[in-house]
Amino acid sequence: MKGGHPLRLGGLLLLVVLAGCGSEADTVVDAGAGQGGGKPAYGDTYVEALQGNISGLIPNVLSDGPSFEVASLLYNGLVKYDKDLILRPELAESWQYSRDCLDLTFKLRRDVRWHDGQPFTAADVVFTYETMISPRTPTAYGSDFKSVDSVQAVDPYTVHVRYKHPTAKALQSWGIWMLPKHLLEEAAREGKLREAPQNRTNPVGTGPYLFKEWKSGEKVVLVANPNYFEGRPYISRVVYRIIPSSATTFLELKAKGVDGAKLTALQFKRQTEYPAFRKAYTKYQYAANVYVYLGLNLRDPRFADRRVRQAFAHAINKREIIEGVRLGLAREATGPYKPGTWQYNANVHQYPFDPAKARALLASAGWTATDSDGFLVKNGQRFKFDLLLAQGSDEGRKVSEIIQSSFKDLGVQVEIRVIEWAALLKDFIKKRNFEAVILAWGITPDPDQYDIWHSSKTSPDELNRIGYANAEVDDLLEKGRGTCVEAERKKYYDRLQEVLAEDQPIVFLYFRDGLPVVSSRVRGIVPAPIGINYNFNEWFVPLNLHRYTAG
Amino acid sequence: MFGYALRRLILAIPLLIGITFISFLVIHLAPGEPVETTVGESSTQSDAKLRERLREIYGLDKPLHVQYWNWVTRLARLDFGRSFSPDARPVLQKIGERLPITLLLNIVELLIIVTLAIPIGVLSATRQYSTFDKITTVFVFVGFATPDFWLALMLMIVFGVQLGWLPISGLRSPTWEYLAFWKQQWDFLAHLVLPILVATFGGLAGFSRYMRQSMLEVVRQDYIQSARAKGLPERVVIGKHALRNALLPIVTVLGLSLPGLIGGSVIVESIFAIPGMGQLMVQAVFERDYPVIMGNLVIVATLTLVANLIADLTYSLVDPRIRVAARRGRR
Repeated sequence: MKGGHPLRLGGLLLLVVLAGCGSEADTVVDAGAGQGGGKPAYGDTYVEALQGNISGLIPNVLSDGPSFEVASLLYNGLVKYDKDLILRPELAESWQYSRDCLDLTFKLRRDVRWHDGQPFTAADVVFTYETMISPRTPTAYGSDFKSVDSVQAVDPYTVHVRYKHPTAKALQSWGIWMLPKHLLEEAAREGKLREAPQNRTNPVGTGPYLFKEWKSGEKVVLVANPNYFEGRPYISRVVYRIIPSSATTFLELKAKGVDGAKLTALQFKRQTEYPAFRKAYTKYQYAANVYVYLGLNLRDPRFADRRVRQAFAHAINKREIIEGVRLGLAREATGPYKPGTWQYNANVHQYPFDPAKARALLASAGWTATDSDGFLVKNGQRFKFDLLLAQGSDEGRKVSEIIQSSFKDLGVQVEIRVIEWAALLKDFIKKRNFEAVILAWGITPDPDQYDIWHSSKTSPDELNRIGYANAEVDDLLEKGRGTCVEAERKKYYDRLQEVLAEDQPIVFLYFRDGLPVVSSRVRGIVPAPIGINYNFNEWFVPLNLHRYTAG
Repeated sequence: MFGYALRRLILAIPLLIGITFISFLVIHLAPGEPVETTVGESSTQSDAKLRERLREIYGLDKPLHVQYWNWVTRLARLDFGRSFSPDARPVLQKIGERLPITLLLNIVELLIIVTLAIPIGVLSATRQYSTFDKITTVFVFVGFATPDFWLALMLMIVFGVQLGWLPISGLRSPTWEYLAFWKQQWDFLAHLVLPILVATFGGLAGFSRYMRQSMLEVVRQDYIQSARAKGLPERVVIGKHALRNALLPIVTVLGLSLPGLIGGSVIVESIFAIPGMGQLMVQAVFERDYPVIMGNLVIVATLTLVANLIADLTYSLVDPRIRVAARRGRR
């Protein structure tokens, strides 16, 4: 899911994954010469590179990207984000909310069968729910169902959910992968889902592909499900090759050993522009659901002053960072939401690169005197802080060096400290023992970010790491998650973005672009705000271009 | 000699326990916990509960000495436990499925190194400062100085991308199950060529140098002089009298490289996408998968101790002096 040695992400991982890869409206297809139409045909094999070994085959009890990528072809949820990041029915046929947002009723499709031929019914939905909330289930996603009061199978194809209070993310939570009751009931009761054979050798879902084999550390093979309820997928076989080194993946692409992979910015921009590559592959580009930020510990009196944070925002040249670090393959972030989504608000306070204004803001905060080295001084103390970042992230290192040099011009001394990820998290972030840090957040299609910004979420294991507290923000977050009416939510989140932009609790830097390439013999790929993988079962290879006779 | 071996074996037990205890301590001192990676980095309310639950399942909520005691007592029954990773599989099964490919690669590699390094070492020693010696010296320094990953990438670019003769990574082609039997074997072998080449290159350099050094010392000895004075042909002097003595230190080095056979090279395996022991260990360390790390460690430690013993015993086979000394000692 992520490239190279990424900046470590925090939080909300499931939600990122449920939505697949996100994207903004202006997705780009950079078609090589080979891209074109062609008649849909069944057959051929699609070979995709996975960066890590999968850790299991029941995604409900897992949390890593490669496992989710494979699982997305094996399982379905009741609902699913469509290409424009709007929730649509999947295993459900339709749903209905009561006026007070407390009752949610799903009508299920009647033509869905598990991979072993058993029909999918309301009993499976209830079972999946009970498994997710069971304290015996080692899942990280049980909290999505916290506000559920009861779930009932009204009849085999109707499920009724009662909520304790209106919950904005109620519908989205039913995107959880449905599990077969008839196979997993006993394992779930004993809390042994991870030990179940379905997690290792024999997963049974309802998805477009059937499981064939998993050779640990080597590959995962899936074959088309001829009885898939939306019709048999065109591509007969999918082979995920596990290739840990991104340099190797890139060479495999060049030698046509894999059909699809994600590129780094450097590979995308500089190393794939020759004719043979452009003929063999089509490159895609969209804004991913990850933004990089400069986090400041607001418990530090210097950073508690809003003017200092605003000064920092003015002192950082985001364009320069995007050009220098991502070769232009990223978009400026003005807040925690991705441009192009329904919740994004463009009319917030902007911080153009303006060193003079930054200096003025610092002066108004009392940073006027300078010492002999030219650094700002207040009460005899030089303005100096440590900037922490995770080891192995080339991106983070470059970002911090650019910030270091910009801040030096401002009169602020920055010391960069690189720390191994586990130690950074445990000894510095969780203990709130840091001054400033470069990190990234993975965001979700749903705008609820209560866990990140609410003032109650500051204990060591919680995500409001910077110690942000703003009464209006708390109120907006509570209201935003407490209704199922989207228009109303939009109001709250628009205002939230205004306040966050004004406050700059962190300095929002940029949203990375996702940069996948796919063999140009594969057709039917339509990039959309959600990415490219959402319609994988409609991808096909015209008969005359089949490379593998398999299947 | 049997008594000697038995005594060594018994002495190895406390040593093994000491090794595992220190390793156990060191691994648990590293920051981060296995639950951290399973829970992900998110930590909402229910995740905190999950963390507690996982700590309980794994026994991480108990004091360290209790954890160690539980682990050792299970180990005494040869129960290596289950992996902490979400697949929750028995450690031995995980190691078992990764071991064959690593063993295969390392044994082939070691055989190639030995068969090439000994003649190279002998030749460059007997023809010291000749052109051959100079060429091998250069080769050796290049071999020492070349980073594995760089060599691997260069070979991949040349033989995989540009010439297209060999597959770049992995063990089998995506269409392997559709190939005829002999083609399958050929496909598998073709995938092994580059990794073995890379792994052999560095080892060959060191080993041949070692052989040369050992040979040089031996040919200066008096008994070589007297063998020559007796009028023995040079072939016999070098091949029999000198070589047998020069091989002694090599036996030690070989013995010590036995435990390395199951270790697997992290760099070679990662870059060639080979699912062997090296990759398993690295992943286990990143995930703080204690049972897998410790399981592997016990196996390696045991092998090291056994290999040491075997090396010592082999000495007496190749070196009559030791045999004689042992016999005298017994009398």
